[in-house]
Amino acid sequence: MNSSPSYININKEWDIVAARQLARDMSKKLGAGTVDQARIATAVSELARNIYLYAIDGKIYIEAIEKMERRGIRIVAEDNGPGIPDISLVMEDGYSTSGGLGAGLPGVKRLMDEFNITSEEGKGTIINTIKWVR
Amino acid sequence: MDNNLKRIVIDNSESIVSMWLKEISLLKEYNHTAGISKESFEVTNREFVEVIFISLKNQGSMETVQKFSEKIIKLGWPLSYITDGLQVFRRVTIDFILKNTEQVDTDQFSTILESVDLWIEPIIRELVNEYSGSWEHIVSLQRVALQELSAPLIPVMEGITVMPLIGTIDTERAKLIMENLLDGVMQHNSEVVLIDITGVPVVDTMVAHHIIQAAEAVRLIGAKCIVVGIRPEIAQTIVNLGIDLGDFPTKSSLKKGFMTALEITNRKIIDLDSKVEHTKNIIESLKGE
Repeated sequence: MNSSPSYININKEWDIVAARQLARDMSKKLGAGTVDQARIATAVSELARNIYLYAIDGKIYIEAIEKMERRGIRIVAEDNGPGIPDISLVMEDGYSTSGGLGAGLPGVKRLMDEFNITSEEGKGTIINTIKWVR
Repeated sequence: MDNNLKRIVIDNSESIVSMWLKEISLLKEYNHTAGISKESFEVTNREFVEVIFISLKNQGSMETVQKFSEKIIKLGWPLSYITDGLQVFRRVTIDFILKNTEQVDTDQFSTILESVDLWIEPIIRELVNEYSGSWEHIVSLQRVALQELSAPLIPVMEGITVMPLIGTIDTERAKLIMENLLDGVMQHNSEVVLIDITGVPVVDTMVAHHIIQAAEAVRLIGAKCIVVGIRPEIAQTIVNLGIDLGDFPTKSSLKKGFMTALEITNRKIIDLDSKVEHTKNIIESLKGE
């Protein structure tokens, strides 16, 4: 029963709010607890903000999934931005090119259950994450 | 030619109006006017088509159009009703003229199209401008109202100030928070500032970063910052994100933060009853001697 993904275009700061509201609503519908709701909303916030800050334009897909009796929420962040030259560097805590805390991507990895990132320089970045709802 | 066409339209206004009314009521379901009562729909339709004809007769005078748009905006009619109404009017009028002219060649046809467009377009433009103008006005008013709400600072008592934050924090608001916080600390001569984030739905790295910076700036001007209202789920996401909020005290509720603030400023809350009780005890014990 995989429902079709909804997505939000990210190109303004307020789109970040729209994306995480959608994620929160969907996780609520799936029966996630308040802590998981907060984790999912925060992860979406980070991913959307990365798009807004570095790629300027991109999409956040939010989808309810079901696999082997488990239900969860899949969040895909996709952009056609400059790409990430060294992925292992951005997955390090404290690395930031924008003067931020540098906790965004490693934080998302810890907030979610599955995390997968592919990036090509000059082409863009795709981050695929799943949170299973207990 | 143009005047000739206009005369045809004005002379036959009755039949054009009835055709228009029939068409527009078919559209009722599609242009968000379904919720409007039948009577008021009919009254407004009559008025609308009258306004169109008055503007036609008066050679494009916009006064009646403006009055009508003001009224209809106030009542909250959708813009799609207006645009649909005028499109239908254009179609109906062209239909009518074509049916009542013998032999139409291409030249005449394009003249008819052009002159009807010339009547309708200024009305559409005027109405759409009025609508978008009123929206822009509302948006700008709301922006001002939001800004006033975005970073309030409340001096609770000598030396203690509270800044309650509710809702999403974006870059612009973060800037305001910082400015108001520092101005307020100077102005009220605060020793302790409590930033209450109970109403902030999501604390991501950016929000945390802004809070850390604000707290650090407050420290630099010689006051202490306590972040309060950290809900359990927010505490967990902050830990997951690996954010270090260890440079300043944090509390789960405003109440606890306020107690800490009192301690810092060398004060405490005393229950008056127990004080009375205490004095009574002393008096009692004196009597015994």
